[in-house]
Amino acid sequence: MTMSASTSSLPSRAEVLPPPTERYTVLGWLRKNLFSTWYNTLLTVIFGVLVIVLLRNVLEWALTQARWEVITANLQLFMVGQYPTAATWRAWACVVLLALLIGLSWGIWGRHQRAGAITFGALPFILAILAQGEARIALLIAGVAGAIGFALSRWRGARLQRIGIIGWVIYFPLVILLISGFGSADSLLPLVPTNLWGGLLLTLLLTVVGIVFSFPLGVLLALGRQSSLPIVRTLCVIYIEVIRGVPLITVLFMAQLMLPLFLPGVTIDRVVRAMAGIVLFSAAYLAENVRGGLQAIPRGQYEAARALGLNTWKMMLLIILPQALKAVIPILVGQFIALFKDTSLVVIVGLLDLMGIAKAVLAQPDFLGLQAEVYLFVALVYGVFCYLMSAFSQRLEARLNTGR
Amino acid sequence: MANVPLPPPDSPPRMNRAFWRDDRFIQLAAQLIVLSIVAGLAFVLVQNMATSLQRQGIMLGFGFLENAAGFDIGESLIRYTNSDTFARALLVGLLNTLLVSVLGIVLATILGIIVGIARLSSNWLVNRLAWLFIELMRNVPLLVLLIFIYTAFFLKLPRARQAISLGPIYLSNRGVAMPWGEPTETWPVYLYILIAAVGLAVLTATGLRIWQERSGRPKPIALPALLTFAATTVIGWFVLPQPPLTITTPEIAAFNFRGGLVLTPEFMALLIGLVVYTSAFIGEVVRAGIQAVPKGQVEAARALGLNGRRTLQLVVFPQALRVIIPPLTSQYLNLTKNSSLAVAIGYPDLFAVSGTIINQTGRAVEMIGVVMGVYLSVSLFTSLLMNWYNRRVRLVER
Repeated sequence: MTMSASTSSLPSRAEVLPPPTERYTVLGWLRKNLFSTWYNTLLTVIFGVLVIVLLRNVLEWALTQARWEVITANLQLFMVGQYPTAATWRAWACVVLLALLIGLSWGIWGRHQRAGAITFGALPFILAILAQGEARIALLIAGVAGAIGFALSRWRGARLQRIGIIGWVIYFPLVILLISGFGSADSLLPLVPTNLWGGLLLTLLLTVVGIVFSFPLGVLLALGRQSSLPIVRTLCVIYIEVIRGVPLITVLFMAQLMLPLFLPGVTIDRVVRAMAGIVLFSAAYLAENVRGGLQAIPRGQYEAARALGLNTWKMMLLIILPQALKAVIPILVGQFIALFKDTSLVVIVGLLDLMGIAKAVLAQPDFLGLQAEVYLFVALVYGVFCYLMSAFSQRLEARLNTGR
Repeated sequence: MANVPLPPPDSPPRMNRAFWRDDRFIQLAAQLIVLSIVAGLAFVLVQNMATSLQRQGIMLGFGFLENAAGFDIGESLIRYTNSDTFARALLVGLLNTLLVSVLGIVLATILGIIVGIARLSSNWLVNRLAWLFIELMRNVPLLVLLIFIYTAFFLKLPRARQAISLGPIYLSNRGVAMPWGEPTETWPVYLYILIAAVGLAVLTATGLRIWQERSGRPKPIALPALLTFAATTVIGWFVLPQPPLTITTPEIAAFNFRGGLVLTPEFMALLIGLVVYTSAFIGEVVRAGIQAVPKGQVEAARALGLNGRRTLQLVVFPQALRVIIPPLTSQYLNLTKNSSLAVAIGYPDLFAVSGTIINQTGRAVEMIGVVMGVYLSVSLFTSLLMNWYNRRVRLVER
């Protein structure tokens, strides 16, 4: 989602298409794609009627009967939950920083993608037209920040590579710092306790924390599982197989109920417990994906590294892991999408993430019985994020395949 | 800690090397260190848990499972009242989980194969619709889908009195009511007839296969076997003095249905949600499997004079199956584990029942242990079954 993948080095599609024939006329296209045989015609007619009927009913409902004011009236709840209104600028600051970083990275790593950058950069401006009040101003700033980032990268892209990488690395702790804050109520960044984190903000935080912490744990587990040391291997296999054999909500439930028992005296708040559950769960799945990458590395690479006199750690860090991880990047992105969707389960242990807020909104007396509108909106938010991530991963896959 | 599967060095350890630089020593020491760290951590955690439980006055143990449960369960495959034990309540939950999982797996496989084939259809409309379905399902969390189906569809249906009727099937906010057979006195006898029918069908199929191998001519096998089964069951039905099942159709009573089979909205929402969600993933698995069969195989089959159906049946499908089975197994396991989301819509599955027990007794540690153990066993059993099948269909290299 963040970087564009350059696909210009691939042969463009036009080069491999067969020569134009009559199928490229409208009638020819229809005949070939919809009415080639009698059963294709039948299928087309049946599904065509079905689509028209469905579309008509859905559109009629969405445009005349649905009460979308439940979304607009509660937009802030959906976005940040009960996060104090006076402090929402911090969430916006994170968005602006993200826009800046994306703009910068796009320019540096996603060369030849000006069209994509312009489309993506226009997004905040389009949203700004729809939004109101503070959100509009913040989105405008985010759009400008993205443009500045892109311009900077055009100006002296190569020199900014290191800054770009450092920016991404410190972005995550910076966000956590900004969102949680510290100090007393009258300081610049007053502390916002985690029970006030909610909505899309909480969903994204759970996802990012899940990714950032489960990734190294997953890599370690994968290395452990591939290890020649029997005790280490057995421990890793047991962990991975047990976690993969049980549903996520049992792990979340265990984290909620057992962590306080395991660590008496230490008060761990509910959000952190949920994060722990997600990280422990996700690491087991990541480990298996990384193992797939490790198995794809030819033996010669190990032998060559040994022949160069590298010790085990150096061999892994410098030779094996970079190749293994590159081989499974699309699978890892898929795993992250699953993680993003799975964070919705924290509603079952009582957190107010996007789903939790949806339930809370539906309990408001003004908006009883509007489940369809609210859950469709929630589904749309998840759908947009997941689709962006998967589109990004497909581009990445196409780009990584160029060498083969 | 991390070491690679390399053959042990051929040269014996040099004597002038200090023993702590010996590879064998390092490996042993590393393992012992890891083991002691893990064991120490586990010990501290368990110790902590024991003291906190002691402070709360809770003794670990499963004796409480024999006490009366005291709560009702919405639906159950076996007889259950609130004076039964916790153990029986758990069994009810387990059976509900198994019911929805097995039904879900069967239906999701059928729908998934249809979606996967539709995704490969030459018909543009069908192809795009399958793509849209897959993208919609894969980009929305299952929990959102389940709650949407439950609250925005099933709970919004009219009351039983104004139920929507699709022939003999009624849709209402009480669920789906459909005709169903009530077993009579002759039902146990009929069960034996059913077993015998399966046996006869298997015999027919085996006989036909042997005969086909001897004669070398392809003969239909599945159809005669099915006919044998059908004939035996139909004859059995009429031979008995009384039909083994009396078909009852649902009738609308005061607030609910009488007769027939009524599937609750919770069960239906969970089943439909699991099936459509998983079928999108199975569809992709099936598509990938079929596309993994080289085009040359199809061309070769055509060149040998096989028609389209025989090509699919004899050449494409057996090879696609090898690619399909392992990821399909994962999808089956996912469906079973995902059925635990039933707790969000109030279907009393294993997880939901154990949650109620935890609320009633405070026995969180034991119940989490039981639930995890059960899911692990189910997962392992499914994997075993599918791996056995995988071994049967995988490539035999000569």
